[in-house]
Amino acid sequence: MRPLSFIIFLAILSLCLIITSLFIGSVPLSLQTVWSSLFESNVKGSSLIVSELRLPRALAAFATGALLAQAGALMQVLVRNPLADPYILGVSGGAATAVLIGMLLGLSSAFSLTGLAFIGALIAMFLVFVLAHQKGSWTPTRLLLTGVVIAAGWGAAISLILTISPSSNLHGMLFWLMGDLSYSYSVSFAFTALMIGLVLSMLLSSQLNVLIRGDKLAATLGINLKQLHIKIYILASLLTAAAVVQAGSIGFVGFIVPHLIRLAGLTDHRVLLPAATFGGGILVLAADTAARTIIAPQQLPVGIITALIGIPLFLYLLQRDAKQ
Amino acid sequence: MSLLSCNKLEIKIAEKLICQELSLRINAGENWAILGMNGCGKTTLLHSLAGLLPSQAGDILINDLNLSQLSRRQVAQQVSLLLQHQEDYFPGTVLEAVLIGRHPHIKSWQWESDNDKQLVLEALQLVGLDDFADRAILTLSGGERQRVALATLLVQQTPIRLLDEPVNHLDIHHQHEVMKLLSGNSNDIANVFVLHDVNLAARYCDHALLMPGNGETIQGACSEVLTPGNLSTLYQHPIKEILHQDQRLFIADSH
Repeated sequence: MRPLSFIIFLAILSLCLIITSLFIGSVPLSLQTVWSSLFESNVKGSSLIVSELRLPRALAAFATGALLAQAGALMQVLVRNPLADPYILGVSGGAATAVLIGMLLGLSSAFSLTGLAFIGALIAMFLVFVLAHQKGSWTPTRLLLTGVVIAAGWGAAISLILTISPSSNLHGMLFWLMGDLSYSYSVSFAFTALMIGLVLSMLLSSQLNVLIRGDKLAATLGINLKQLHIKIYILASLLTAAAVVQAGSIGFVGFIVPHLIRLAGLTDHRVLLPAATFGGGILVLAADTAARTIIAPQQLPVGIITALIGIPLFLYLLQRDAKQ
Repeated sequence: MSLLSCNKLEIKIAEKLICQELSLRINAGENWAILGMNGCGKTTLLHSLAGLLPSQAGDILINDLNLSQLSRRQVAQQVSLLLQHQEDYFPGTVLEAVLIGRHPHIKSWQWESDNDKQLVLEALQLVGLDDFADRAILTLSGGERQRVALATLLVQQTPIRLLDEPVNHLDIHHQHEVMKLLSGNSNDIANVFVLHDVNLAARYCDHALLMPGNGETIQGACSEVLTPGNLSTLYQHPIKEILHQDQRLFIADSH
């Protein structure tokens, strides 16, 4: 079966990439060092680089990408546009505003900033939901426009905070805004969110296959539109929030990955969703490994790398679609 | 027992009265035509009968069960609706697009069986798209896309079929093929067609509902209701009838 073998291929590729990323970095490590750090109990010296830094970071990168790609696939069905992005509804803007306010007030612990990001993301999604969902009429266009306008509002709030912040804080704030995995500490949280999200979205997947052919047709085929819309919205927003909490805003992953999977011929959401999960993980892990090696020992925000890959690809796909 | 009926139905949309005190009995084996001018509310009525739009007063009954008490899924197992426009934003194959017609009959964790796929291939054959199963949906012409929508409706296998302009985009050959396919040998199926072509209605339907647009309706057997007088009033255009080999044909008269 072709789709199944494609998913298995992506899973094996993910595993290879995670292992490879342990060797690469500002300090090259030998096979023996990596081996001992993974499988021996008494870890010390350079082995700590693997167990304390590289492995958690690789897993965080993978989980973030997987969350974003899954959220993207869901959001695209919801707003009925294959080029939509999980950040388009302003979820990351709300999270970023909350985190920057926290930084401005002098908070620095990872725990409190993570908590703030999550609260900000929830406030943002609630705001869009209430404003776009009045009187039960919820067209994709209305949802999209509400999200875009609210996102612009968050953008203005972020600019304001940056303007009044002391310059000593600016570097950390900018890194966070551009998407940065060096602050992520809650790998187990990300994987839990990922697993729960994948199970829930798989339960919706056959309904998604019907919904992409239009609201009215889906209704005539027995789908309760209002319920399904709300389920997709909440699920996609929570997945996005979990990703934002890990790594700030990493653009383009959420729209590129599902789009590429569709181009590869996997259009059934029951196989598209797991494939996108692996694909997103692979893309962000590769981008982050590049981000921390290109100008090592300096690190780049991973969002810059995904943008460098994403923008040309987006433009290419638009050109291609226009020719068809 | 009627397959589909309504009692004293009143439908208003944006303050426009579509119908009032409308009572219909549609039985198995019958083919109904809904006729009227653009914007008179034919589509709105059809969507209300399918439960997609609310009605202001009256009841709609499916197999004598009130539509408002059935779940969307239960309705989808009894009533199918061919929409006027097909929305395609996402890629996919014709096979995938038609397979979603099986959705009301499949549990959410089940995959479509080989039997479902066989039904799709048979439906594609019936609408004249034999080799189209693997074609990309976004590359089809308007007429081909319309017939894919018809195949989706066929695999839904409902006793009540509501068809909003089923011959939209179709050439004259396919218009008659489709009307023959839908209206023929259906003793346990009832069809309701929204049509613009009076002659298709006269040829393939046995009952007609005329909607002059003021909330009033005229209904009855085609042989009684489809008269030059009624049709001229309905379309606000002089229409005359000619007989050709025992077949009644309606043509628009020039002023």
